[in-house]
Amino acid sequence: IHFILLFSRQGKLRLQKWYTTLPDKEKKKIIREIVQIILSRNQKTSSFVDWKDLKLVYKRYASLYFCCAIEDQDNELLTLEVVHRYVELLDRYFGNVCELDIIFNFEKAYFILDEFIIGGEVQETSKKIAVKAIEDSDMLQETVEEYMNKPAF
Amino acid sequence: MPAPIRLRELIRTIRTARTQAEEREMIQKECAAIRSSFREEDNTYRCRNVAKLLYMHMLGYPAHFGQLECLKLIASQKFTDKRIGYLGAMLLLDERQDVHLLMTNCIKNDLNHSTQYVQGLALCTLGCMGSSEMCRDLAGEVEKLLKTSNSYLRKKAALCAVHVIRKVPELMEMFLPATKNLLNEKNHGVLHTSVVLLTEMCERSPDMLAHFRKVRLVPQLVRILKNLIMSGYSPEHDVSGISDPFLQVRILRLLRILGRNDDDSSEAMNDILAQVATNTETSKNVGNAILYETVLTIMDIKSESGLRVLAINILGRFLLNNDKNIRYVALTSLLKTVQTDHNAVQRHRSTIVDCLKDLDVSIKRRAMELSFALVNGNNVRGMMKELLYFLDSCEPEFKADCASGIFLAAEKYAPSKRWHIDTIMRVLTTAGSYVRDDAVPNLIQLITNSVEMHAYTVQRLYKAILGDYSQQPLVQVASWCIGEYGDLLVSGQCEEEEPIQVTEDEVLDILESVLISNMSASVTRGYALTAIMKLSTRFTCTVNRIKKVVSIYGSSIDVELQQRAVEYNALFKKYDHMRPALLERMPVMEKVTTNGPAEIVQTNGETETAVLETKPPPSGLQPANQANDLLDLLGGSDITPVIPTAPPSKPASGGELLDLLGDLNLTGSPVSPPAPQIAQPPFLLDGLTSQPLFNDIAAGIPSITAYNKNGLKIDFTFERSNTNPSVTVITIQASNSTELEMTDFVFQAAVPKTFQLQLLSPSSSVIPAFNSGTITQVIKVLNPQKQQLRMRIKLTYNHKGSAMQDLAEVNNFPPQSWQ
Repeated sequence: IHFILLFSRQGKLRLQKWYTTLPDKEKKKIIREIVQIILSRNQKTSSFVDWKDLKLVYKRYASLYFCCAIEDQDNELLTLEVVHRYVELLDRYFGNVCELDIIFNFEKAYFILDEFIIGGEVQETSKKIAVKAIEDSDMLQETVEEYMNKPAF
Repeated sequence: MPAPIRLRELIRTIRTARTQAEEREMIQKECAAIRSSFREEDNTYRCRNVAKLLYMHMLGYPAHFGQLECLKLIASQKFTDKRIGYLGAMLLLDERQDVHLLMTNCIKNDLNHSTQYVQGLALCTLGCMGSSEMCRDLAGEVEKLLKTSNSYLRKKAALCAVHVIRKVPELMEMFLPATKNLLNEKNHGVLHTSVVLLTEMCERSPDMLAHFRKVRLVPQLVRILKNLIMSGYSPEHDVSGISDPFLQVRILRLLRILGRNDDDSSEAMNDILAQVATNTETSKNVGNAILYETVLTIMDIKSESGLRVLAINILGRFLLNNDKNIRYVALTSLLKTVQTDHNAVQRHRSTIVDCLKDLDVSIKRRAMELSFALVNGNNVRGMMKELLYFLDSCEPEFKADCASGIFLAAEKYAPSKRWHIDTIMRVLTTAGSYVRDDAVPNLIQLITNSVEMHAYTVQRLYKAILGDYSQQPLVQVASWCIGEYGDLLVSGQCEEEEPIQVTEDEVLDILESVLISNMSASVTRGYALTAIMKLSTRFTCTVNRIKKVVSIYGSSIDVELQQRAVEYNALFKKYDHMRPALLERMPVMEKVTTNGPAEIVQTNGETETAVLETKPPPSGLQPANQANDLLDLLGGSDITPVIPTAPPSKPASGGELLDLLGDLNLTGSPVSPPAPQIAQPPFLLDGLTSQPLFNDIAAGIPSITAYNKNGLKIDFTFERSNTNPSVTVITIQASNSTELEMTDFVFQAAVPKTFQLQLLSPSSSVIPAFNSGTITQVIKVLNPQKQQLRMRIKLTYNHKGSAMQDLAEVNNFPPQSWQ
């Protein structure tokens, strides 16, 4: 996977994860382009779009579009499953996740993603284990009191 | 200074902004606050501020001033800080920033941290955005972690190693020892990431690939896969009843790489592939994802044919699936396999053609490519119909490719010339402006070579541009044809369809409109002007009009047009006697045959053989061939005199006999390079390839029908001399299927320069009616240079009380007759 984008029906970006190196300007351009392409596709079309030398796999969940860019030799159908799994993880963690959860807790959405995918490849195929890792990490985060009292360095 | 607002607070506030300007204002205010907070080196709120910065970054605002702060967070002891710090690093820093290397030390420390979640953060960050330098520095740490027993870390280390290898391929060796035990794990996460690591190594290095084949990786993978399929329900990894599809697919992919071009490996996996292919549930996307990967693997390795058929059938079933994604995937795979398993794919042709009508652009494109790959001699008519219909209705981005594809397929498999021309016409009229530029000369050549279709072609082209002359390629081809065959157009000679009544003026009207129109490109105008000029020798009543038009363009702004017009003007004024010669009918071009002009035009002027001989090499135009010059066939100095028994119908003209056929280009090169004045841009015959259509080679040399017209049929049978291989003996048989006999029959023949001809006496000069008898005559042809045999024949006879005469070319000599 080269990158993952989450955006709303109005084209507002909710999450961007890049697994390749690109200049900031380039990223912005790509996001604009892809959002436009995907938002203009209607219901009747497939979930796959040929884009440059990559394949875009996208799926809409309620008001959010999840889009992955994969290489030519990657399995598109499996990528749909990857996207679905990520949504399931979010759902499990937040409990009936909705777009607002992702907006207000975007950093958590990133943490969850990072427990599922590293470097563009899936690292954990068990829902239970992935979510447990996040929850355990959350436990490690200091309480406000602890945070204030602990020295930084 | 009050505590900076919390992240959620900020998000809420920004979302209340009603305009872009309002939002920008809020953001700027907050950024200013954050900046001063950073300046104060505040440790307590740094994390909060960076988090807010990251949010603003996602909205599209600049956040580079937070980069260093991320580094400080990473270095912090607090886990909360580290979490945000690493996130910020992954979002704001990449290898292009100078500061990123400062991270290296922090990451190194964290890789050895006592808490696995910290180690995890470090591994994740390194694995997502580590630069080559960082990777080089930290590869050792990663390798260490790859060997740990902690599965949580091991899986992350494996993917980190993948990233390291991608960035610094030379380091691959280093991870090899650690891979030994990777697949012994029970933990699916580790298994999955290990398979990914092994895949990466095998893809990048043939040595690694060989190594893994040697250590019997395939049986190990097969075993794991088998366990996955056979084992009972495992809720943890289950997706719709299938156990860990992610792992299954990755294993299948690795098997593909191992089995490619390797018989042993391929054999070892045959069974499991068959098992997966037949047992996987197809009701959900998950099952189909696995089947898809299985099919890809089967097609790529050296599988047995039964398995391949199974795979193609799966694809066939996919094609019928309602789910568009599945159909898309099926078409993509079929496209990959159509070359190797052509027949199997043919069976699904009708489904594929149906996909042309799909609404999805990607599906349409694949269906189109696949359709072109499937066209063959048997299905060409049906397929073309569908493809032409598709051309009509498809998106503009397809039209150029579709048109080119149709031309190619038509050229290869056209069942008849008429069909071919009709197809071309259809493409030109439907998608005329999308046709590629190089298609125009190809088409013109094709038309020239379809001698009997000239009248039909020019008529159809004329009708096509009458209504609309905006599509440039169409107009170019039409102009050229009208210029060449305008005489056929006005004389209403069409055989194939109802001839239309057109006057010379009407034809000139349309050509002039093309010249004037703003829509016409410069090239097109050039075509039109030249066409008008050519018509000066083909039309009889409108020469003055033509002269006028040509002289107007003598002062055209367009240099090309002006030059042409000026030269044509000169042609009218000073070289009028040469005009008919120069504007002669185009010869049939090199591609299929190398014969001379297909038709001979009766020009206005007289034979100017003397002048013609001194003319510079023509730009693809042959010197004038008067009817009289036919005698040159017989009298040319390079040609062995023919001794017909009947007296020749006309006296041989004197010394300046045109070596008519001698001017022909006997080699495979283009007819002639264009002379500067009458440049015809499209005749770039280089690079055109075509196979002459030979009949199946039967035993012995097949005989041919050299001529068949008006009831007179002439067959050639061949014999090669055993003593002299350069000699071919042709026996001609002339028969008459009409109800009256043909008398005073004279057969004359001429061959190109390098050949020699000897015509022996005919058996008689009368051909009885109703095919009741024949005239035979023997021709001996000497072909020392083993050139392709061609012949021009002239027939004269009396029939039904009138004198008949005809010229024809014979160019369907079988190769065995001259090779």
